[in-house]
Amino acid sequence: MSTRLATQGRLIDRSKPIEFTFNGTRMTGYAGDTLASALLANDQLLVGRSFKYHRPRGLVASGAEEPNALVGLGTGDRFEPNQRATTTELFSGLSAQSQNHWPSLEFDVGVVNNKLARFLPAGFYYKMFIHPKPFWKHVYEPIIRKSAGLGQAPDRELKDADTYEHFYYFCDVLVIGGGVAGLQAALVAAKSGAKVLVLEQNAHWGGRAPVDGGTIDGDYPEAWVEQTLAELSAMENVTLRNRCMGAGVYDHGYALGYERLTDHAPGQGGPRHRMWRIRAKQIVTATGAIERPLSFAGNDVPGVMLAAAMRDYVVNWGATPGKRVLVATNNDDAYRTALTLHAAGIEVVRVLDTRETGGGALMEEVRALGIRVECGRGIAKVKDGKCVTRVAICAQNGQGGAQEEVEADAVAMSGGWSPVVHLWSHCGGKLTWDDAQAHFRPDPARPPLGADGAGFVVAAGSANGPLGLGAVLSDAAEAGAKAAAAAGFKAEAKPAAGVAQDEAPMQPVWLMPARAEIDLRMKAWLDFQNDVKVSDVQLAAREGFESVEHTKRYTTLGMATDQGKLSNINGLAVLADSLGSEIPQVGTTTFRPPYHPISMGAIGGEARGEIFQPLRKTPMHDWHDANGADWEPVGHWRRPYAFVRAGESVKEAVSREILNTRQNVGLLDASTLGKLIVKGPDAGRFLDMMYTNMMSTLKVGKCRYGLMCSENGFLSDDGVVARIDEETWLCHTTTGGADRIHAHMEEWLQTEWWDWKVYVANVTEQLAQVAVVGPKARMLLEKLNAEAGGGMDVSKEALPFMEWKDGEIGGFKCRAYRISFSGELSYEIAVPASQGQAFWDALMAAGAEFGVMPYGTECLHVMRAEKGFIMIGDETDGTVIPQDLGLNWAISKKKEDFIGKRAQQRSHMVDPDRWQLVGLETLDGAVLPDGAYAVGSGVNANGQKNTIGRVTSTYHSPTLGKGIAMGLVKHGPKRMGEVIEFPGTDGTVYKAKIVDPVFYDKEGEKQNV
Amino acid sequence: MKRYSAFAVAREALRYHTGWERAWRNPAPKRQYDVIIVGAGGHGLATAYYLGKNFGITNVAVLEKGWLGGGNTGRNTTIIRSNYLQDPSAAIYEKARSLYEDMSQDLNYNVMFSPRGVIMLAQTEHEVRGYKRTAHANALQGVSTEWIEPARVKELVPIINLAGPRYPVLGGLWQERGGTARHDAVAWGYARACSAMGMDIIQQCEVTGVRSEGGRVIGVDTTKGAIDCDKLGMVVAGNCSHLSQMAGFRLPVESVALQALVSEPIKPCMDVVVMANTVHGYMSQSDKGEMVIGGGTDGFNNYTQRGSFHHIEETVRALIETFPMVSRLKMLRQWGGIVDVTGDRSPIISKTPVQNCFVNAGWGTGGFKAIPGSGWAMAELMATGHSPLAEEFSMMRFKEGKFIDESVAAGVAH
Repeated sequence: MSTRLATQGRLIDRSKPIEFTFNGTRMTGYAGDTLASALLANDQLLVGRSFKYHRPRGLVASGAEEPNALVGLGTGDRFEPNQRATTTELFSGLSAQSQNHWPSLEFDVGVVNNKLARFLPAGFYYKMFIHPKPFWKHVYEPIIRKSAGLGQAPDRELKDADTYEHFYYFCDVLVIGGGVAGLQAALVAAKSGAKVLVLEQNAHWGGRAPVDGGTIDGDYPEAWVEQTLAELSAMENVTLRNRCMGAGVYDHGYALGYERLTDHAPGQGGPRHRMWRIRAKQIVTATGAIERPLSFAGNDVPGVMLAAAMRDYVVNWGATPGKRVLVATNNDDAYRTALTLHAAGIEVVRVLDTRETGGGALMEEVRALGIRVECGRGIAKVKDGKCVTRVAICAQNGQGGAQEEVEADAVAMSGGWSPVVHLWSHCGGKLTWDDAQAHFRPDPARPPLGADGAGFVVAAGSANGPLGLGAVLSDAAEAGAKAAAAAGFKAEAKPAAGVAQDEAPMQPVWLMPARAEIDLRMKAWLDFQNDVKVSDVQLAAREGFESVEHTKRYTTLGMATDQGKLSNINGLAVLADSLGSEIPQVGTTTFRPPYHPISMGAIGGEARGEIFQPLRKTPMHDWHDANGADWEPVGHWRRPYAFVRAGESVKEAVSREILNTRQNVGLLDASTLGKLIVKGPDAGRFLDMMYTNMMSTLKVGKCRYGLMCSENGFLSDDGVVARIDEETWLCHTTTGGADRIHAHMEEWLQTEWWDWKVYVANVTEQLAQVAVVGPKARMLLEKLNAEAGGGMDVSKEALPFMEWKDGEIGGFKCRAYRISFSGELSYEIAVPASQGQAFWDALMAAGAEFGVMPYGTECLHVMRAEKGFIMIGDETDGTVIPQDLGLNWAISKKKEDFIGKRAQQRSHMVDPDRWQLVGLETLDGAVLPDGAYAVGSGVNANGQKNTIGRVTSTYHSPTLGKGIAMGLVKHGPKRMGEVIEFPGTDGTVYKAKIVDPVFYDKEGEKQNV
Repeated sequence: MKRYSAFAVAREALRYHTGWERAWRNPAPKRQYDVIIVGAGGHGLATAYYLGKNFGITNVAVLEKGWLGGGNTGRNTTIIRSNYLQDPSAAIYEKARSLYEDMSQDLNYNVMFSPRGVIMLAQTEHEVRGYKRTAHANALQGVSTEWIEPARVKELVPIINLAGPRYPVLGGLWQERGGTARHDAVAWGYARACSAMGMDIIQQCEVTGVRSEGGRVIGVDTTKGAIDCDKLGMVVAGNCSHLSQMAGFRLPVESVALQALVSEPIKPCMDVVVMANTVHGYMSQSDKGEMVIGGGTDGFNNYTQRGSFHHIEETVRALIETFPMVSRLKMLRQWGGIVDVTGDRSPIISKTPVQNCFVNAGWGTGGFKAIPGSGWAMAELMATGHSPLAEEFSMMRFKEGKFIDESVAAGVAH
């Protein structure tokens, strides 16, 4: 049984007990425990079920590489599935649930898959469930979906109660990993004067060294860690962050840090996670190494654990998975575990060393304690069950014929060590195979390259290959110096002196025993979470999935939530062996960020809810909100769709606004319209290229409606252009087009006409603009002027249609444009943004006697459609050219060139069969459905019904009391009066007559008064 | 080819699965083939398959510089739908979707086509009009789609938040017969079927040159030597510009990285595929339980098959906004694939200035769903010189201005 030891536990504080629950059972741990160590101490060896066969699973590892101990943590709006017990610090009130079982962890019916395992090898689902066809969707897939998955989904109706934030950081040297290598590298770099950031994923510094022993500068590693930390903390150019994982390395020295601020202390306030977005000149990856499991039958039975992890649990937390432990190893390091266990009073029943000649000094030390060490031996099989009970021992070099069975309640295994090369590899760093250690390590000659073509990542310590304490420290010191030098500092690589026991060479062991029979290989796990066994990889190789990527995808090896940290090297060694190839020839799969899963909440950061995207507000935004605005999102703006009064529907409000504006006067907040100032000696020439019209000849004081096309000739934006002075134009764009058109202008200016003297400024937000619209608009403005005494003459003579003037209205400094998008007498008046609300208030107050009302976007839309004005995005969709819309009058014939001109000469653009703009009226006054198509006769070569036109805008016109629409119709303008048919999606066929698109005030008498 | 079935699996289980044969052969290239397809991704393999199946042309080699299915076929978010607006698009995507329906049976390989339904959310008035238009177009194109109201969206997607403060859901375009498939299996299934017809799939064989004589293609140079052919099909997403350059012509194509990511697996919580274009994010749940999430393209041209962080951030924000529970999931893995984008963002399936040399490229961000239809049309074009499905996708359309533009949502409102 697993239990807490009476002694040991350097990280726990036995004076501070902590209560928590696991699957509803109350348990007690200590401050400093991880959930994993606390579970172990409470005899909870069984922590979950595997993905495919629902086999019982216990702890294998002690850190981020743990594949099995995944739990659901928290409740309600703080519940989160798939949390690793090994990286979860214990806190009071922690509530954890195990996953992927029904009805309970101990009795899971899903284990039937385990009984059928022989019939469910890798990729079985590609070969089955093919017939009968409907069964896949309705029977097989639902069952597979339910049995797969891991943790429960968070509650769908609850919003995350926690907050998250992003943080930006710039440094010379980023050191990832706060073990002795990271600290040594940081110290060397920091002493050079470089600005250094050190990230450590755990709560504690020092990594494995305090557990593994040896001496640094003649003292315990722990003492050196403390002293070095103190030294680094005292340096102003150094920042240290624990509980902060280096998550990813991206192009050009960009790296992600994932800081878990309150996971260990929920409820203390502040954000839960912080995403560090780091730009570093150089990155040192001191990410350590991970021990490999051994592949023997039953290596997944709870109680089988990595040797170093078992050592961690004893030394760090005083917890052990068993009292009678068998150790199996191919290297010297596992003897440290035997020594640790023995010192803690745990019986080491046997050490099986696969090497015929055994190990070095560490082995002798173990033997000297009277522990039985057998060389050239391995495990034939661990008896199946929910915990280890019996272990069969065999010759490593055989087929698994058991020579002896021993009783044990835990197994410590060590297959050697693999450097953590993920961060080195994320951005293209290459690896090299190290035969002596049987692992991939970073190839210093092929690092990830920065913008200057030089490497920007340096691996340090065991992450770079060396495993001995002395070698680790000197490698790290060199890495720190190299990084500092590359960042422009002079550093001296002076390492601390690390001393540890010399180790005998390890022996690669990819299968135990080496020639294990098939029934053993079918029980030898590679990927514990995804249930991939040695036999599965061998099957993949047999079936031709020879690329390591094919094998991974076919077997799901390394695709679990641990992303193959334990399984990848063992798996590809088996693959190489099956193919008769060498491991380096087979290669690795691609390492993808993040190193370890990171929360979506942290990725999203602060931007959620109301501030999910920037919210742009006009100066009158709050007034609209207080006066019944029914909001419509338009880009990052919100615009009032209509101003709804009490007891009124939105539709009724729109009608009221239209009729009032046509009869009295309405106000539109037009501040969102794009306003670009284009200025300079070449501005006129530039605008002649941007617009289809001639803008250079526009007289100062005048306005002109302009069209802009893309390079491909398609209409992309429209708006009124005003000439302000000799060198200055003001271009209005659509609301959605402002930023896009600004960028479009800049692109041409910066890439094609960089020598033209033109400057473009986007002043959209600097101005509040109000459209005062309706037959009583002038009366309203005159009254305002009268109240203020004086002001701009807004008469027809002084300010005619399509002109603008600067001056004062009602005491407000303003610029007034006589332009109209409604067909009514209309002034668009721009005032400084700071005056917007006051001006609006003044207009509302003075307008009361004229029946003034604000109106929204839908009223605007209907009024423009009544007038037959096109709307970008309705009449245009990226496939429409101005000529389709009867806008030939706005295309200059005199100009040599403009953007889109050449494109508009292509054969399809001048095709007389192009659909053209017309008005449409149903025969009964009904409203045509949005987006309906007119059908012609027959079908095309692909059997689709031929179409001859479509509806582009359709509304009920309260002014005319009937439905009106605009549309594009083949030969439309030549077919006035013809009736064509529009089938609806509900089976109704709508008949509509082709009419002139101008439904209201065809002569334009109302706007030009 | 040994047929796959539950019975076969049971039979092989008795001998510990030692009796399975290779899914596809691993041959050395012959000196000459009737047809060479460059690119053993989904589109290339499908082209080869339909050349054999529909036209009896089996003296075919499919050359692959890496491992088959290792490009965008193995990197996409596996969405299958055909609710496109323009006629030529709807025709080829619907053909593809209908072929997906029977693909498992046709190939005797379970590609796990799962018609779980696809919703495209409308979150602005402009999008509402756009999707209503698409629904009208689809009805005439024979593509079954439906405009649905918010309440129905919530029924189909219980985890959705309809009333987001910024972009409330106003409805959606629903294609019940859309869904997902297992992407790798599509490539593997086609490869196995092609191999069984006697075609040679040659991996680790990079094309280094295209040889032609008198304006007519005669073969290719490869890292495994020169190989002759009568007809050449280039089906190499991400690298079509390189290959066309070898053949001596240019394509109107730019290559950019497209991002994707998956969450850790959780128990089933979303059965349909949801695409939210206003906020830029789409998501489905795989049979393994991972939430499969699509992001945006980088704003610059490149060939690195890597993810960058800034897009992931925007995508995840959009999804948290749409599905609040996503906030408490974790990102397991992010990656990138290189997509070829044309001037109108529609593909090219076309003859080229070089006689007997054909190109299939430019699927942009939507190639996976098209694989069988694309292969079908490309095979027809290569075998007969004419394909109604491919006709409008000729590269000549850029010269004529006859674009097939699906980016209707690019319009704006006043």
